[in-house]
Amino acid sequence: MQRTDESMRTVTFHVSRYQPEGKRGAYVEAYDVPVHEGMTVLEGLHYIKDNLDSTLVWRYSCRMGVCGSCGMLVNGRPRLACTTQILHVAGGHLAVGPLPNFEIIRDLVPDLTSMFEKHVSIQPHILRKNEEEVNSTEGEFYQSPEQLEQYLQFAYCIKCGCCMAACPTMATDARYLGPMPLTAAQRYNADTRDDGRQERNLQTGSPAGVFRCHYGGECSRVCPKGVDPAKALQLLKRRLVLDALHLFRKKEPCRKLEGSGSGEVLPNIAAAPAHTVQCSGQS
Amino acid sequence: MTVLDRRSNRLGVWGWLGGGRWGMERYAYILHRITGLAILLYLLLHIVVTSFRVEGIYLWTGNGFLHSPVFEMGEYLVFAAFAYHACNGLRLVLVELGVAVGKPTEPVFPYKTSLNVQRPLLIGMMFLALILVAMGAYAELIG
Ligand code: HEM
Ligand code: SF4
Ligand code: SF4
Ligand code: FES
Repeated sequence: MQRTDESMRTVTFHVSRYQPEGKRGAYVEAYDVPVHEGMTVLEGLHYIKDNLDSTLVWRYSCRMGVCGSCGMLVNGRPRLACTTQILHVAGGHLAVGPLPNFEIIRDLVPDLTSMFEKHVSIQPHILRKNEEEVNSTEGEFYQSPEQLEQYLQFAYCIKCGCCMAACPTMATDARYLGPMPLTAAQRYNADTRDDGRQERNLQTGSPAGVFRCHYGGECSRVCPKGVDPAKALQLLKRRLVLDALHLFRKKEPCRKLEGSGSGEVLPNIAAAPAHTVQCSGQS
Repeated sequence: MTVLDRRSNRLGVWGWLGGGRWGMERYAYILHRITGLAILLYLLLHIVVTSFRVEGIYLWTGNGFLHSPVFEMGEYLVFAAFAYHACNGLRLVLVELGVAVGKPTEPVFPYKTSLNVQRPLLIGMMFLALILVAMGAYAELIG
């Protein structure tokens, strides 16, 4: 994918390096990268690995802003390497480092385990008292488009950790659950199928929980998916305060509709195709 | 299996300040913390100074240190810090109770976030703080 047209420019990448087996600690290495318009930071790193230094290590997978693997600090700001164009953020120089507030395994690779453990701790799945209802494949839960909108934005999170790296509270408090897990808590709390808010309140309202957030707003500013974690967290605080004051009117989670429902199919809609998978309980 | 050493990349207190390329709310946050601690310090000093009264010592009468220009300037700074802290604090109460952050919406690039929703409130409150600080300066000068 090498090009040699006039639009090529040389940008010096200043990459933060770290080898655990070496004795040097962290250091910065500079690489001159020929850059064309539209080229991403991820492509720049590939150029370095292919042509200049094969020992450079980072993590990526989808190279299109979906998997959340390539979060790194680009010119002082947590970003996805794959959705950041070099010429949008750099003149002649570009600083690339691993995400702050995580432990670094090697070069640009952060260990995200601490974040995922906190994510699991807020039970990021639909909780209902009736287990059978959840596990049976029969029937469906009704949810209106308006109800979907209450949590859809927060469901777009790709767990890249950029928000955790930008958060000033995370910078000094390793126990703080952080914007990503707390946004996930709000995503499920706001889901009309869910009945687990009171249970999650024990986590989200704990001393390591959402009241550690001071609305610096950095998480929302850096989030590459527009999830707006700062919004989710303030809505979470609101519900915690209302719950503590017993001011929220009790709402039952939405019911499960058994069978195929009683709605009528519009005349111009084709019939559903035959089942390709046999579910248990179906003949 | 050997477990290799990890390098901590936690920013520490410097992380509160950010790298200088952050938004308005980040600066409001750090100033809120500094002014909060400053007026707390003043409160403690205030308690110490007034407690001398028990011993019959009235430090604020006469022409002592408490009436020197340096101290009067200091008092003015405490007032300015309080004006900022109170105005920004009211914004934070509204924002953190989820009142001024807007509803969840489908994200469309370029993303607009809750920061954009509460920004007019921030600007209004800063304006109010400025007016209070200016009124304080006026009172200090003629008083
Ligand atoms: C009208 C009066 C006041 C209002 C509306 C107010 C509001 C607030 C709010 C909402 C917070 C939490 C902000 C956050 O979530 O980060 C806060 C924090 C704080 N306030 Fe105040 N406050 C007022 C007066 C005071 C006074 C008189 C003092 C000192 C004696 C003070 C000291 C502090 C301190 C030390 C913090 C913690 C700062 C931090 O953690 O960053 N405040 N204030
Ligand atoms: S909220 Fe945004 S920045 Fe944070 S992990 Fe999810 S996608 Fe990444
Ligand atoms: S708004 Fe809250 S969670 Fe987001 S970066 Fe600021 S302190 Fe962290
Ligand atoms: S490589 Fe998947 S998000 Fe960047």
